[in-house]
Amino acid sequence: MSTIIDGLSLGAIYALIALGYTMVYGIAKMLNFAHGDIIMVGSYVIFSVFAFGGHPIIAIASSVVVCTLLGVLIEKVAYKPLRGASPLAVLITAIGVSYLLQSIAQLIFGAKSQPVNMGSFDVLNIAGIDINVSTIITLAVGAVIMAALTLFVKFTRTGRAMLAVSEDRAAAQLMGVNVNRIIMITFAIGSALAACASVFYLMQIPSTSPTLGSMPGIKAFTAAVIGGIGSIPGAMIGGILLGVIEKIALSIPALNPYTTAIEFSLLILILLIKPIGLLGKKRREKV
Amino acid sequence: MAMLEVNNLEVYYGVIQALKGISFEVNEGEIVTLIGANGAGKTTTMQSIMGLIPVHAGTVTYEGNVINKIPSHKIVTMGMTQVPEGRRIFQELTVYENLLMGAYSRRDKEVKADIENIYTKFPRLCERKGQIAGTLSGGEQQMLAMGRALMSRPKLLMLDEPSMGLSPLLVDQVFDIIKEIHANGTTILLVEQNAGKSLAISDRAYVLENGRIAVSGKAAELLESDDIKKAYLGG
Repeated sequence: MSTIIDGLSLGAIYALIALGYTMVYGIAKMLNFAHGDIIMVGSYVIFSVFAFGGHPIIAIASSVVVCTLLGVLIEKVAYKPLRGASPLAVLITAIGVSYLLQSIAQLIFGAKSQPVNMGSFDVLNIAGIDINVSTIITLAVGAVIMAALTLFVKFTRTGRAMLAVSEDRAAAQLMGVNVNRIIMITFAIGSALAACASVFYLMQIPSTSPTLGSMPGIKAFTAAVIGGIGSIPGAMIGGILLGVIEKIALSIPALNPYTTAIEFSLLILILLIKPIGLLGKKRREKV
Repeated sequence: MAMLEVNNLEVYYGVIQALKGISFEVNEGEIVTLIGANGAGKTTTMQSIMGLIPVHAGTVTYEGNVINKIPSHKIVTMGMTQVPEGRRIFQELTVYENLLMGAYSRRDKEVKADIENIYTKFPRLCERKGQIAGTLSGGEQQMLAMGRALMSRPKLLMLDEPSMGLSPLLVDQVFDIIKEIHANGTTILLVEQNAGKSLAISDRAYVLENGRIAVSGKAAELLESDDIKKAYLGG
């Protein structure tokens, strides 16, 4: 039981990151492979604020602000000039941005991993199950963030415009939607979510390094594809599914060494059965 | 001065020249039709007017302003929009949300009242307002596409093949609605393959052939012309 709860909590982290991938894919039609590295930047912002003796709340807030601005900056400098270019050119640029961020972090902070202690968390015993307080925080805050995002997309003017752009960019323009602005907002939201994910990640593993974002990034991307890339609820379900499976596999000694292999096998399996992902949609044409 | 003036418009797709310098105008209060066969450049003309595809040479002037370099979303706020070919409604949004998207460029408080007006004009949309738009029939989707475009309160409305793929009964209904929209004070630029029906409701028409304007004139005269009859009206 506590394995499942740990899994849900890890899943919430993957889901937050996967949302960034899936929203950017849905709206800007590109795979932002630098997205995982935003988590790494977020963790170094927290590390730096702590180094100057800052309060955790200030550290978290600065991380969210820096990551949001960085996401918008990356989009403006690296991706916007490539609007309309071949998807391959955009993809290779995203990979380049990823290495650029990692190298900058390495230049500033060195290649070694650095401790980032978000504080010590008690273990509570609720109804006979041992649960770490950090797990509860991750689950609760993660759920609130995802609920807020769902409501934002469904009920605000900007949210609806995001759905419209994702479905049909030209038709959205004919409604008066400024597509560039919507893409910018998407990057801002995705990066802010990645910053939140970095906070939760550090609560579980209290250290950072320039390659911190790679593994959670690639796993969250996997989660987004499992859920159906472009689908917001799909990213949430895919992330949580992957987190629970990871924790269950880790808890069974015979499977433990193969955990990562199991996760990626799940991806292959789902792509074989349902290539568009669990909640992915095929476009229908009606004449 | 005409409301919309297209002057020597040239558009390329790669090395292929789709529009070879076309010129036409739409005056306030008119219904103007562009007719022509598949591939003549009708949709290209519509899309380049709205800024959806880049213009190689020539100008598009709307209410005295050259708009070639203005992004599409700003053109909409200037009072011109388009019902695109194939309707292009947002399939995953509800009927109501589609209409709200149509009013995206507006910030006034009359949006709700306008939606009620659309529901009065298209009772079927009212019955299905909570339904996901992708589940509507082709005719209902065309009504939604027109209702959605009207939500931006356009002064000039362009319709690209609004009768495409509809049953004869629905085609008549669509043309009745276009007449009604026009009667309420909206200027109309219509692109159609159904030359007979569109000429019947138009003031003037231009015939596009291979990216050039081949013939132009009063709709009533074109309707009587033997060449047009032979080429576009089935004898």
